[in-house]
Amino acid sequence: MAERLYVGTRKGLFELARRNGSWDIVGTRFLGDPVSALLPERDGGLFAALDLGHFGAKLWRREAADDWRELPVPVYPPKPEDTAEDPHPWSLTRIWQITAGGVPGRLWAGTVPGGLFRSDDDGESWSLIETLWRMPERKQWNGAGGLEPGISSVLVDPANPSDIRLGISTAGVWATSDAGATWRVINQGMRSEYMPPERSGEPMAQDIHCLARCTAHPESMWCQHHNGVFRSEDGGSTWREVTAIRPSHFGFAVVAHPMERDTAWFVPAIKDERRIPVDGQVVVARTRDGGESFDVLRDGLPQRHAYDLVYRHALAVDESGDVLAFGSTTGGLWISEDGGDHWAAPDARLPPVLVVRFGA
Amino acid sequence: MPTVSFTSVLRRFLAAPACEVKATTVGEALTAVFAGNPALRGYVLDDQGAVRVHVAVYVNGWPIRDRVRLGDPVQPGDDIRVIQALSGG
Repeated sequence: MAERLYVGTRKGLFELARRNGSWDIVGTRFLGDPVSALLPERDGGLFAALDLGHFGAKLWRREAADDWRELPVPVYPPKPEDTAEDPHPWSLTRIWQITAGGVPGRLWAGTVPGGLFRSDDDGESWSLIETLWRMPERKQWNGAGGLEPGISSVLVDPANPSDIRLGISTAGVWATSDAGATWRVINQGMRSEYMPPERSGEPMAQDIHCLARCTAHPESMWCQHHNGVFRSEDGGSTWREVTAIRPSHFGFAVVAHPMERDTAWFVPAIKDERRIPVDGQVVVARTRDGGESFDVLRDGLPQRHAYDLVYRHALAVDESGDVLAFGSTTGGLWISEDGGDHWAAPDARLPPVLVVRFGA
Repeated sequence: MPTVSFTSVLRRFLAAPACEVKATTVGEALTAVFAGNPALRGYVLDDQGAVRVHVAVYVNGWPIRDRVRLGDPVQPGDDIRVIQALSGG
């Protein structure tokens, strides 16, 4: 069971520890600065990406207790003169996701405006995955929310670190089976409500809010999409829409149970016109049967005049599959130790939460 | 020689002391500073070498005109200041 929880917010990083059965804040760092991505390491280390309003994206690493050091960030190559038709900047806007690569020293960074970067030396240097960046299809990628596209999900198969899935807003689901040498867009079966009808099934038109993958059964994947929830049982190649989710099908976050292929959690909200919880009630939707049915979990969550929205990286499950946490745009933070049946809130009024991650 | 100084806000992240450099343009001046302080570059310029959207560069009290190629001329004794733009606050 996880003993540490890291919460990245609009105004700093908060570290929580489990003591005597409850979770309390035991440390803060980067107060005042937006924390856009976190990656805890097994030995208590931590990577934290900052999204400084004036001075750009930054990356820091803690290797020992409170011993933080700034690392280089991914840097885009010079934009050639002949790419005038490329609508997107070649400059790092945000590190949106940092994922362990499954081999010593390797990290993947998913960024805005859509570049995927790899490090093979624990973040001391980064290289752009040019094979993906230079695909002609990239010019069709679009921003969602912001003006620029972004890689929000990087899922590495722990049994085969060369097998990776990317979730991109907005460019669909992309796959490599050779550690990034070749790429293909794979999400057949999704549909977009926001496109003209004749293009609704186009793979690159799909706005992937978040992807999740079962660690023990990596062929089992989940997607919280802009206009619904989708499930794949073949590693993301084909998808079917999950319509049973309650109380609504819009949301940003999804996590998959690490061992149970048919179990996943979502935090639904009213769709994009409003982006608030249904009836002002914060709930978590859990399926244990592959999306055929859902439990709507609300014990310990605010059920009256609550307007919390949960962003795509602000829901996490630990390695046991029992402990979950999520944080909201209004600074709510809730933790469950029984798979979501009951929730408790630490004693804190936090800034808007952008990312939560469990550590050992 | 022109003098380059940086907003004190940066001290929260890294050292950025004022210094005199040999330069005939803003770009040359910044390049000279970054040669001795490479981590500072990414706080001021974007990946393509342009001034970050929410950073402002002034010479003798006036904003530079060329924020992309940093070609504004400077002379010995000029005062180059790198500050936060209000737009980012």
